[in-house]
Amino acid sequence: MIAEIGHFTLILALVVATIQMIVPMWGAHTRDARLMTMGDNAAVAQFVLLSVSFLALMHAFVTSDFSVINVAENSHSEKPLIYRMSGVWGNHEGSMLLWVLILGLFGAAVSIFGRNLPTTLKANVLGVQAAIGVAFLLFILLTSNPFARIDPAPFEGQGLNPILQDPALAFHPPFLYAGYVGFSMAFSFAIAALIEGRIDAAWARWVRPWTLAAWMCLTIGIAMGSWWAYYELGWGGWWFWDPVENASFMPWLAGTALLHSALVMEKRDALKVWTILLAILTFSLSLMGAFLVRSGVLTSVHAFAVDPDRGIVILSIMMFFTGGGLALFAWRAGALRQGGLFAPISREGSLVFNNVLLSVSCATVLVGTLYPLALEGITGEKISVGPPFFNMTFVPLMLPLLFAMPFGPLLAWKRGDARAVAQRLAFAAGLAVLFTIAVAAMSGPGPWLAPLCGALGLFVIFGAITDLLTRARFGDVSRGEFLRRVGNLPRSAYGAALAHAGIGVMVLGIVGTSAYRTEKIIALKPGERAEVAGYELLFKGIVPSKGPNYSEQIATFEVSRNAALVTTLLPSKRLYNAPPQPTTEAGIYAAWTGDLYIALGDQQPSGAVAMRLYFHPLVRLIWIGAVIMFIGGMISLTDRRLRVGAPQRARSRPSVVPAE
Amino acid sequence: MTRKQRRGVLIGSGVAILSLASLLVMFAFRESIVFFHTPSDVVEKKIESGQRFRLGGLVADGSVKRGQGTTVQFAVTDTLANVNVSYTGILPDLFREGQGVVTEGKLGPDGLFVADMVLAKHDENYMPPEVAKALEEKGVKLGSSAHPDSAPGNGPATRP
Repeated sequence: MIAEIGHFTLILALVVATIQMIVPMWGAHTRDARLMTMGDNAAVAQFVLLSVSFLALMHAFVTSDFSVINVAENSHSEKPLIYRMSGVWGNHEGSMLLWVLILGLFGAAVSIFGRNLPTTLKANVLGVQAAIGVAFLLFILLTSNPFARIDPAPFEGQGLNPILQDPALAFHPPFLYAGYVGFSMAFSFAIAALIEGRIDAAWARWVRPWTLAAWMCLTIGIAMGSWWAYYELGWGGWWFWDPVENASFMPWLAGTALLHSALVMEKRDALKVWTILLAILTFSLSLMGAFLVRSGVLTSVHAFAVDPDRGIVILSIMMFFTGGGLALFAWRAGALRQGGLFAPISREGSLVFNNVLLSVSCATVLVGTLYPLALEGITGEKISVGPPFFNMTFVPLMLPLLFAMPFGPLLAWKRGDARAVAQRLAFAAGLAVLFTIAVAAMSGPGPWLAPLCGALGLFVIFGAITDLLTRARFGDVSRGEFLRRVGNLPRSAYGAALAHAGIGVMVLGIVGTSAYRTEKIIALKPGERAEVAGYELLFKGIVPSKGPNYSEQIATFEVSRNAALVTTLLPSKRLYNAPPQPTTEAGIYAAWTGDLYIALGDQQPSGAVAMRLYFHPLVRLIWIGAVIMFIGGMISLTDRRLRVGAPQRARSRPSVVPAE
Repeated sequence: MTRKQRRGVLIGSGVAILSLASLLVMFAFRESIVFFHTPSDVVEKKIESGQRFRLGGLVADGSVKRGQGTTVQFAVTDTLANVNVSYTGILPDLFREGQGVVTEGKLGPDGLFVADMVLAKHDENYMPPEVAKALEEKGVKLGSSAHPDSAPGNGPATRP
């Protein structure tokens, strides 16, 4: 019964979304205020209906109602509660429902927080947002109904893939979708602006917090996926340039560019056309991600169930919104008044540089991801494009970006003084180089690129600190005055500096683990020892054990360093009951300098166990960096001027140079 | 600088970066693309030894031999031809005889494929799409009826 309520509210949500798509836009066209306000109520109603529907599906999963096909195929009564709940989005149908729920949430947020948006703009935004909702609701109801029943109901469900039964992965999809779908706001605002043929700084002030929120969620979502792959897949990698990973990374790159170009538009009224185009492209890339993951066109190890029919529908949705958006752009973009002159060396110039590099690197990722598909379509040859391709194209493009990153925030708007900024950054650069030389001398010979990238990472971190110190006039004013200024810096300045520093921290982690990793593959018998990166491991043996829905073989290792016991690691191999599937649980010891990582392989007839031993230096900094970026975004969001629903221009600014 | 010159600088640097990126992409493609072949392709096309490629098919029944240490030998088959593979390392959890598998490495002069990477999707009913398609093209009937109630694969994979 509850499943039917879910299905029914989903249909109702479609009806409401259809009304929301047509009525407010018609109202905006005819300047009828009553029709326009209807969009507000519809958006809230749609969200409420979608929530009921989502809760109904969750109820079916939590109570293990196996008469619902989706639950029977993807859940199991023995599963712990949290994984019965996360099972809702661990499958195609349920994850689509989560997708439209988040879409509805953003729509409702516009209607609730957008009181002081121009009414016609708001009506058009809600209309476009609803159009996306209609497309996906139709898709769910026609091709992937999560509430379909099965008769007779099976006695037990088939269970969730065991490697998805993991806390990081339980929350990875919601964040990822909040990111993907969050970019729909930028898209809706861009389309609304094109429909109106008018766009100004207030528009950018409106779009920026939404884009920032989406970007934060996407950042943390991608980081969670990477973290999960690191410890759950059992071979210690954190990023594989897999097509599905790329599908989430491309919107991130485009979204990052959008955040920065919207800044130029807000402060300087320039780059309007480009910002609109980026907003359209970013959401298009999100849609493409959905298509790639769900259609099975790409050979990926992460993809959802392969169903070409669904793929075609998503492809049509993507073509409609991307093609429609770009067509509208081509038709109307000429009408947007350009403004804001600036010299190449200026804050704007640096942000343009950022945008060019980010979008070009995004394009190289796109080429690498789609090329195998195109080649197979044209010549029938099957190829794979792996990490070497991306390392050769993406990394060289990121290096100048990292180098330029500390310069950007220090340059003045309109016309900057490169030499003065270089002087300010000299200390940061010198410090970075010194650190790097010291570390390189200690760690011995390695690849030449690694110390360079490490120095860039440090430069970015020190540059971010320099930026804050400069804004507070460190050295120019008395200590009391300096402290006062530090306290008065706008939160967006702190947010931006933190986010930049987060990138630097992440770069350090990437360099550490990519260039200085130790890896050993050996077979050990109980009682034998091995040595990795200065750690001595004693393999004590394997004992069987039982978990709530799996049985496992736990190996015991005593880890010591310089003859002192450090820790005991317990890596294991699990066999889940439903579906019956083995998984590898790595044993990880996190030291300050890096992770000691043990993953078990097969037992051999001789009694020895094959295993992989790693030492990953600094690897945790990758995810810590992502968390720092997330926190930076949060702090920025609490800035008075960025606050959602407060798009008035800031009154007088503190006389900080350069003004943010 | 006039407006025109400024625009020129912007467009010029944009074009410069874009062409640099295109060069990188073309270079990287030449260097790093890996072709996919089935065992019968390997026999028919006479692939030279030393060339890196991906070999996909089913792990032949009864072919897995675990040697000393961590080296494993097995045969990859598309039922028309077999290629012997040697791999040193930890196999994915779901590596099993009769399962679809993709390996990457080089063919030795003796016809032994030395793999440094073995991929198997982390799902028991999974068949790598290239393998499924390649086998289909060879007219091999897949035993999908063995799992009439199989759940669709929706999980990530393990790698070596």
